[in-house]
Amino acid sequence: MKKRRWRDFGLAGLMLGPSAAVLSLFVIYPLVKAVWYGHQRCDASLSKCRTTSWHQYIDAFRSNEFQDSLIVTLKYALITVPIGLVLGISLAVLADKHIKGIGIFRTIFSSTVATSVAVASVMWFFLLNPSVGILADWLGGSAKTPGLLQKQGLALWAVSASSIWANLGFTFIVVTAGLQSVPKDLYESAYVDGANGWSRFTNVTLPMISPTLLFASVVLVTRAFQSFGEIDLLTAGGPKGETTTLTYLAYGQGLATSNDGGLRATVSVLLFFVLLILALVQFRGLEKRVHYGN
Amino acid sequence: MAIDQVTGARRIGRYTLLMVAAVIVFFPIYVMLVGAFKPGNKVLIDRLLPTNVTLDTLRQAWREGNLGRALWNSVVVSVVITVAQVATSVLAAYAFVFLTFPGKAIVFAIFLATLLVPLEATLTVNRHIMQQLNWLNSYRALTVPFLATAFGIFMIRQVFLTIPKEMREAASMDGLGHFGFLGEVAVPLSRPTIGAFALFSFLTSWNSYLWPVLVTTKSDYNTVQTGLKALKLASLDRPNLVIAGTVIVALPIFVMLIAFQRQLIRGLTAGAVKG
Repeated sequence: MKKRRWRDFGLAGLMLGPSAAVLSLFVIYPLVKAVWYGHQRCDASLSKCRTTSWHQYIDAFRSNEFQDSLIVTLKYALITVPIGLVLGISLAVLADKHIKGIGIFRTIFSSTVATSVAVASVMWFFLLNPSVGILADWLGGSAKTPGLLQKQGLALWAVSASSIWANLGFTFIVVTAGLQSVPKDLYESAYVDGANGWSRFTNVTLPMISPTLLFASVVLVTRAFQSFGEIDLLTAGGPKGETTTLTYLAYGQGLATSNDGGLRATVSVLLFFVLLILALVQFRGLEKRVHYGN
Repeated sequence: MAIDQVTGARRIGRYTLLMVAAVIVFFPIYVMLVGAFKPGNKVLIDRLLPTNVTLDTLRQAWREGNLGRALWNSVVVSVVITVAQVATSVLAAYAFVFLTFPGKAIVFAIFLATLLVPLEATLTVNRHIMQQLNWLNSYRALTVPFLATAFGIFMIRQVFLTIPKEMREAASMDGLGHFGFLGEVAVPLSRPTIGAFALFSFLTSWNSYLWPVLVTTKSDYNTVQTGLKALKLASLDRPNLVIAGTVIVALPIFVMLIAFQRQLIRGLTAGAVKG
């Protein structure tokens, strides 16, 4: 029996070796090392470090910069995720009919999935830029006033508009797939029971696609918390830190962390814990309420 | 009357809503296209309908942004990562499903746990590793840290699990070894999932932004994403040029996604729909 257990040991080592090497060298080791650097102060490239104390994590967490960017990130997620989901569901429901020409509409609604963060952000940068952007013109901007992207109180909304648009294709595709997996006879029987359109939607569609919605919202929340490219290209964290998200705080330019690899490690480890807690909350809390069907 | 049959006023209403939604969603892309084909550089677009159409701006963007080089870099980096991730994931998934060895559950748990570690938590140290290896500004820095991913292992493992164990036993009796079974049975049976994962992997590396920003400083190693950033910073006063650049960068992916629609949907919805 013991021999059987070890039968494939060599082959397993061979097959798992490449993945194990990459994952340990570039995921596990860097995480452990980042936790270590997190209690040090260093130069920008981490070549000279001196130990301060583990208290650095608590200090960093309590710092205004971290607290502010945590709030910015939460706001950003609270704006982009619900609006993105509602728009994605609406488009998917609207396009979930076999009528003539629906393929063209589906292609258009899916199209933004092909834009990378950089492409979408550069596009929206110019759309919203007061001296050149047509949207900015319509919204009453001019070359002399700062654009939406640099206006206090509005910048985060402007970034959100760009990211909601960029993520719409993803949400649309995922929700459409979810809608197509709902058995048609459920609608038939709801119809026979006299349920109108809206009540069919809330009593049949929504519960049946709730796993899909959970998945989409987890992805969207994660994207919001990991947002970097759109901030880097649209606002560089401004005005006055109003769009400095957690990831931008860790890796952006010209911030407290930019010249200190140790502090950057501290912030990125804290970001890791924030994301971990978020993931646990989302899966534990929501999974119970999700209807998985049979 | 079937319930999804749409008639009369309702049909017109639905088409109207669809049209309005389509116009809004497509508007930014439309503006980008008009801007890219418009001569002159001062304003993105002066009116909604294009008047003079020219390829000059696109040519200029291609040249000034060194976009040919950036596209080549992105293709090389994304293809290397995709091929390697598919290979390492298939092998590891196979070991987890069809091989017997002690400690399998623990090793699998550790692999799975790496899914919880976001890229952002490890980049500082990874950049330092690249610097110590003297790999900054190289293809190695852009590819090596991403040659394997627990996501692929997990996704392919899930589909390998659906292959009946009896098939392996029968193949074994016919004298088919593990690699033979992998190549002739397991991979062909799992082709749709592997294809979806490959597309997902390609798109993820193609779209990657933060890592290339951190490990490349020379424009020779710009990917399309960092190349776009460079073009934007260099030509803030020439919006058309930059917009033409985004069109060039976005086009290959649009074409590719239309060609691989099915894999895309499967890849994006992996885990979303129970089935």
